[in-house]
Amino acid sequence: MTGLTLFEKLWRQHLVADVDESSGLLLIDRILLHERTGGVALRSLAEAGHRVMAPGQVFATMDHVVDTLPGRSDVTLMPTGTAFITALREEANANAIRLFDIGDPGQGIVHVISPEQGIVLPGLTLVCADSHTCTQGALGALAWGIGSSEAEHALATGTLRVRKPKTMRVTIDGTLGTGVTAKDLALFLLARFGANGARGHIVEFAGEVIRAMPIEARMTLCNLATEFSAFSAIIAPDDSTITYFEGRRFAPTGEEWDRAAAMWRTFVSDADAVFDAELAIDAGEVPVMVTWGTNPEQATAIGGVVPAGSERRGADAHARSLAYMAIEPGQPLGQLAIDAAFIGSCTNSRLSDLQRAAAILRGRHVAPGIRAICVPGSTEVKRQAEAAGLDAVFRAAGFEWRESGCSICFFAGGESFGAEERVISTTNRNFESRQGPMTRTHLASPEVVAASAITGRITDPRELI
Amino acid sequence: MAAPFTRLSAVAAPLLRDNIDTDAIIPSREMRSVSKTGLSGGLYAGWRYTAIGGREPAPGFVLNQPDFADARILLSGANFGCGSSREHAAWALAEYGFRVIVAPSFNPIFRGNCVRNGIVPVELPADAIARLAAWIEAAPRDRPLTVDLERRTVTGPESHAFAMDDESRQMLLHGLDPIGLTLRDRDSIAAFRARDATQRPWAYL
Repeated sequence: MTGLTLFEKLWRQHLVADVDESSGLLLIDRILLHERTGGVALRSLAEAGHRVMAPGQVFATMDHVVDTLPGRSDVTLMPTGTAFITALREEANANAIRLFDIGDPGQGIVHVISPEQGIVLPGLTLVCADSHTCTQGALGALAWGIGSSEAEHALATGTLRVRKPKTMRVTIDGTLGTGVTAKDLALFLLARFGANGARGHIVEFAGEVIRAMPIEARMTLCNLATEFSAFSAIIAPDDSTITYFEGRRFAPTGEEWDRAAAMWRTFVSDADAVFDAELAIDAGEVPVMVTWGTNPEQATAIGGVVPAGSERRGADAHARSLAYMAIEPGQPLGQLAIDAAFIGSCTNSRLSDLQRAAAILRGRHVAPGIRAICVPGSTEVKRQAEAAGLDAVFRAAGFEWRESGCSICFFAGGESFGAEERVISTTNRNFESRQGPMTRTHLASPEVVAASAITGRITDPRELI
Repeated sequence: MAAPFTRLSAVAAPLLRDNIDTDAIIPSREMRSVSKTGLSGGLYAGWRYTAIGGREPAPGFVLNQPDFADARILLSGANFGCGSSREHAAWALAEYGFRVIVAPSFNPIFRGNCVRNGIVPVELPADAIARLAAWIEAAPRDRPLTVDLERRTVTGPESHAFAMDDESRQMLLHGLDPIGLTLRDRDSIAAFRARDATQRPWAYL
């Protein structure tokens, strides 16, 4: 008998029953809610006469709609935002669900606070009505994004009926070059294999680069799996993962910790496991990346030029992206002037992201006329950054220093960047009007965003070091 | 739960772009209330209207053309429904009247949201969809497509077979309530949890 993949091991451990030959009823260990969809899911559940089966395993936070400006309250710049905030609060209270409310030291972006507090753990199944739930696969969990109806199903039954994905391993060997980050690796993968590249698969990231990669960088890499059309991403837990969880608020302790850690060490793909698909990347090939278009797959080396269209990817879509972004084939990306810079989101808002950006900003100032914003991923990240004096670095450089939340990663009707403004951003989506009506977003690492804010044009951070 | 779907003959509207994301299907700014309804006006708002937040129809957009006013089937490009998991995209499409989306591929979360809301996600090869679209565009109102979920076919000038997993197909054919279905197994779920809690106590809070 051949060995099992990590995914197969977790699938079997959580399989309550087979639904049919392609689907299973899976036990769900953690359900995360946010105010964008949490209130409506809980209300709809109650209207249908159902109850939350295991409220202790459900957690909620305010991140999507809440403002990130200092002095924030239930009143939001987004019209009608207050209704979403109060609905989640009322429903969380009514259902005895732990809520990290505005002002709570545990508040923050759902995919930042969950690892931070040990809500997610290796080997757990975790779902959230948010496509970037794949981020948490970086911790060795089987974590994936779902819609509201499925969230209701998970809340009411403690299970989900899941179509079993195929398995794909992406092996990254070699060494990443100087200044090349997990974000660049993710954008490189999307550019090379396409936004549809992992359709129907759960992606296990493996190889030398992954083993050497810090936990927070692993989260950045896994975050973009949804842009790859993957079911989710996962990284086998190792010593770094287990050390990361020691002493976290909801992690096991004492004898239970020892049992848990011993089990977590078995969560690896067997040497003879067979994947449905395999991809390999030589890390030395990966440059510092930036997106030029309106889908994350439209990315290229920062030192490169805007590419000409190809039939394979659809000439119309290419032309449409160029027109929206107001750029032309052959134009060097490094000469594009920017209007704004944004550091934040579930992709790149953790302490290490802010530290790396601050290292570039220290002693420098953003170029005249550039609006620059830093939004820490959680209240705890903000506290730690302030304890290390990073807020002073960002402020002195001309950045706004915000409260935590999703903020202007997306435009919800409140705060936005301006029409036709070019924004360099550490977020995950460069879709049309994503950060504001007709705003032009270029995705990149925190280092690139910091360096570009300083020079006022898209800039390779190595120019400033 | 959504109405059962067996067979539909209707006008099909082609919007053959790849990577149409859920922000495009319904922008976040159009999701104003804590509700699953009142969303069809925001469907494709960024493309459908002349101004952000406005409601004046943009004449070039396919759904604003009289020929496609009664469209109940949407033809689209690859990776349809990528991006945000917002189920509002499926709610808005369903409320507008779409019962079938034909695309070369779907984002997995969006596909699940379709099935939960009575929208049939049909996968056909891109070249087959392009041929269907070309045929329709000559006379949209006189050239409806027929989608048969029992037989798993889409029929225009020729018939195309499509595949669908049995769980999704049964949900759509019978308009099943998956929560009710799963709760029939509540005793075995409880037994599984009790057994599992001795093996993985840290999973239970």
